[in-house]
Amino acid sequence: MGEFSKPFDAIVVGAGPSGNAAAYVMAKEGLNVLQIERGEYAGSKNVQGAILYADALEKIIPEFRDEAPLERHVIEQRMWTMDDKSHTGMHYRSDDFNEEKPNRYTILRAQFDKWFSSKVKEAGALVLYETTVTELVKDLSGKVIGVRTDRQGAPIMANVVVLAEGVNGLVGQRSGLRNEVSPDTVALAVKEMHFLPRETIEARFNLSGNEGVVIEAMGTITKGMTGTGFLYTNEESISVGIGCIVSDFAETDVTPNELLEAFKNHPSIKPLLADSECKEYAAHLIPEGGYKAIPQLTGAGWIVVGDAGQFVNAVHREGSNLAMTTGRVAAETVVSLTRKREEMTAANLAEYEKRLGQTFVMKDLKKYKGIPDLLHRNKGNFFGTYPKLISAAMQTWFRVDGIDKISKEKAIIRNFRETRTLWGMMGDAFRLVRAWR
Amino acid sequence: MSDVMAAPRAKVEEKLFQNRYLVDAGRPHIKVKPHTTPSASLMAMITLCPAGCYSKTENGQVEVAADGCLECGTCRIVTRKTGEVEWNYPRGGFGVLYKFG
Repeated sequence: MGEFSKPFDAIVVGAGPSGNAAAYVMAKEGLNVLQIERGEYAGSKNVQGAILYADALEKIIPEFRDEAPLERHVIEQRMWTMDDKSHTGMHYRSDDFNEEKPNRYTILRAQFDKWFSSKVKEAGALVLYETTVTELVKDLSGKVIGVRTDRQGAPIMANVVVLAEGVNGLVGQRSGLRNEVSPDTVALAVKEMHFLPRETIEARFNLSGNEGVVIEAMGTITKGMTGTGFLYTNEESISVGIGCIVSDFAETDVTPNELLEAFKNHPSIKPLLADSECKEYAAHLIPEGGYKAIPQLTGAGWIVVGDAGQFVNAVHREGSNLAMTTGRVAAETVVSLTRKREEMTAANLAEYEKRLGQTFVMKDLKKYKGIPDLLHRNKGNFFGTYPKLISAAMQTWFRVDGIDKISKEKAIIRNFRETRTLWGMMGDAFRLVRAWR
Repeated sequence: MSDVMAAPRAKVEEKLFQNRYLVDAGRPHIKVKPHTTPSASLMAMITLCPAGCYSKTENGQVEVAADGCLECGTCRIVTRKTGEVEWNYPRGGFGVLYKFG
């Protein structure tokens, strides 16, 4: 690649939501940007549930609704706690979500990322596909000045490298910019795409037009591991998946595939998928360590965005919006330094962290900083004992069998106290409230 | 034992047939380093790999066949301390090609 004799203003590694956001914003502002993606097309290596949160994208491409490939806008959220035969649900559905500019959409990442990548090119960035960045190039002072790829040729130089390389983040890790991801701060999720006629989906989920439903589920479906299951309605397909913390998985003999099969065959899920045709089986890691797992984000000549920076809010199942926001804020920092003709030093790029601190990204991650540890340490209770107790209580309460209601109430309370003691429950409640605040 | 193992493994393989891959023939992106006794972490990959790429040989070693790899990176992270797995991304353009993601 000897043709790139002049250094780029910025190189972006990766074309997921964070990399595309960064490359788009910088190119739009007139910077000379090169983006490098290892897949045949943007999205070919990317996996997500997937929900798109409109706000983060609207701040980058305000008119995205006119052209982006969107599946359904979400009007109903179902939160389920499950035991082996039941689910107890909290559902929120509102016609308010049928608004002119809907708030959340289901999407298919392979198609969405391809569209976002076309916008990046339209904005003027040069995008190289089918090219894997293998290492960073540093000068004698240790400042990052470019990248090497698996293509023949000289290294490609840039004033700054934006690492949007995803959860595995090989380039940054191998260059010593951050530690390896730890198995107890990352979840392995497996997912299938099930196709059905759109009328069937609409009838089955009580939807019309482009309305959509999402189900988030926890309980015995993860067999004692820290994790959640999900089911999202797309236009003509259903995304169904389940994920658990990797270190939990490593301690069991349950394969991810068996876990997904059991979830799909749960009596509450199975009828929703009946007669569908599966067309893809995917797996991906999700960084779930939260605030405490965030690595160093900037240094001389480099800046980290998206999953590589562990920007996922596991409690609220948000990730792509954090990715796009970190990508945008990193880009705005680089644009501002470039305009002022400032060097991409560690001190100058630290401005990115300052700006990020003022967004929901850092505020939310900070708020929940204790939750990942709490759930993981008490996984037996939160993902086993309580879901079972709740289900048993519901069944006692709703089954009409000649037993009086006072006795039923007593039986429910006795079951909770005998299974998890009053002190245990109060402790869990206290710890949960404290971690939540 | 073999029956119990065969059922879910076969099913994963069936699922992988749904996926699109461009296999970089002769250049696997994951290699298990030569060993006599696998660590517990490496052994765990036999059940943990979502694509069922890892298996045990007759001699008790663990081997990998990475053609059906979903590129999640779980094996890399699980064996990061033992260093038994050499993990790279496939060359640009090769490997799994998600249609839907």
